[in-house]
Amino acid sequence: MTMQTTLPSSPAAVSLPPHANWLQLCWRFLRTKPLGAASLVGMLVFMAMALFAERLSPYDPLTIDYGGVLAPPSLQHWMGNDSFGRDMLSRIIFGSRTAMLVGYVCAIVGATLGLVIGVASAYFGGKVDTLIQRLIDVLLAFPLIILALVMVTALGTGTFNVILAITIPMIPRCARVVRSAALSIREVPYVDAARALGFGPWRIILRHMTPNVMAPYLIMLTSFMGQAILLEASLSFLGLGVQEPTPAWGLMLQGGAELYAEQAPWLPIFPGLAITASVFAFNLFGDSLRDELDPKLRV
Amino acid sequence: MLGVAILVFVLMRLVPGDIVQMRLGGTGMADKATIEMERARLGLNKPAWLQFVDWMKGMVVLDLGTSMWTGRPIIEEIGNRFELSLQVAVMATILAVVLAIPLGTIAALKQDTWVDYAVRMFSIAGLATPSFWLGILMILLFLALFKWMPPLTYVPIWQDPIRNLSQLLWPALATGYRYSAVATRMTRSSVLEVLREDYIRTARAKGLVDKLIINRHALKNALLPVITVIGLEFAFLIGGLVVTEQVFNLNGVGLLMAVSVTQHDYTLVQGLALMVSFIFVLTNFLVDLLYAWLDPRIQYS
Repeated sequence: MTMQTTLPSSPAAVSLPPHANWLQLCWRFLRTKPLGAASLVGMLVFMAMALFAERLSPYDPLTIDYGGVLAPPSLQHWMGNDSFGRDMLSRIIFGSRTAMLVGYVCAIVGATLGLVIGVASAYFGGKVDTLIQRLIDVLLAFPLIILALVMVTALGTGTFNVILAITIPMIPRCARVVRSAALSIREVPYVDAARALGFGPWRIILRHMTPNVMAPYLIMLTSFMGQAILLEASLSFLGLGVQEPTPAWGLMLQGGAELYAEQAPWLPIFPGLAITASVFAFNLFGDSLRDELDPKLRV
Repeated sequence: MLGVAILVFVLMRLVPGDIVQMRLGGTGMADKATIEMERARLGLNKPAWLQFVDWMKGMVVLDLGTSMWTGRPIIEEIGNRFELSLQVAVMATILAVVLAIPLGTIAALKQDTWVDYAVRMFSIAGLATPSFWLGILMILLFLALFKWMPPLTYVPIWQDPIRNLSQLLWPALATGYRYSAVATRMTRSSVLEVLREDYIRTARAKGLVDKLIINRHALKNALLPVITVIGLEFAFLIGGLVVTEQVFNLNGVGLLMAVSVTQHDYTLVQGLALMVSFIFVLTNFLVDLLYAWLDPRIQYS
């Protein structure tokens, strides 16, 4: 359909002492990339918010208090109340649960399926490869949000369907990048050796080739997390994502936030800040990781 | 393109419930005979593959059919809104190019200084900020400071340029920020890469002034991947404005898409999705041509 411009495809271009283990790797990353370390702390904070939402939030996020409708931020309610009198801070803390769930699940599942498809496509080559690549072309011809929109209508709204609708459009994006990295690995001697030893294709794909395209995979994975959170927020904002009363940041920006924005500016400001801060942390982390693993790869 | 058409068609038929049920108001309101009649009129009672053939037949003579909801031709429905979306997309692109290329170049030249960090923060923040939130904040700020709101009705630019710009400038800014962030990152990394090439060292060794090296030698090569990104994002903007259009109450292609998806307006969604992907493929093609023109090393056989 379109001519492919070659993607730079260098597998893990890390120069490390031969027996560096995971802990040493992590330590090196934290020492040399202060921004990356800071963003990791940010990610952990959001993760903790999501895990311990019950302990951290001062109020129940669903309790409606008609006496405190649109109450401005105060010592009792740090971020004020929404148009149903629900505590904004508690809703934001519980909203992080939705965001983290969507972010991690979509990114991990989407990137992993993309990884397997990408490597398999590169390994088999020939007709299989062409077929898969044309299919990916088709899927890539839609902007992410349009495809997610169409998926959501086909599947219906709700948290699970939103996760599905965001994950599926991500698979081809990762598969494309992983394939170009895997193509260069297919011809190396140890894959030939594995084939000569009589290993089946799936064993070679999973045990021999996949570990060597980890760099682009991890980079795609981290970049997907931020994207997934943004997409979920957009869908929820359109009313096509997570449904009330589940607390979700995009949902909090919808409806009341726009209607009462003038008299209660805290309604739109805080959820938006939460989205921006979390995606910022994810992207910064992804950036530092890319610098570390494969500076030439562009996502 | 055919693949795109089939995919959209299949996806839309998977949606439970159809437009007739939506329009005649759920269960019990209309009797079975009316529903069947309506289905027959829209051709929904035929088997799926026949519907597809009908649709394709129309496509050959460039007839996208009529909207199942309003009954008006799809070309007309899209055409009305296309102008607006195109203008916002073009304005956002201009903003992105004007911001991204200088910023990205400066960041690359001063790598690892505070300038570089500031630009990187700016662009990562741009990627992280949802454009609809930025839009809400803008409207909020105008209301608070000037008691003013962007006009809600669309006027073509040649009729009343000031009114037109005062409405469309803000959505263009809101989406342009993200857009320029993407382009800035790309500019930075590609300039960085080019600066390490041998021919730049040669130019330096010849004693050329830095300015000349950057303008003549480095930028020319570094901008190629930037063009790709700008092309991709432009295609994305035409249909991807869904959320931003909602915030600013703009009646553009994106909003039409969101509405027709919820109304199960098959023909309209098909037409729109086809158009979006057509623009995408076309932009890709143009970028490829531009590439070959800019870089004589690339040849397409």
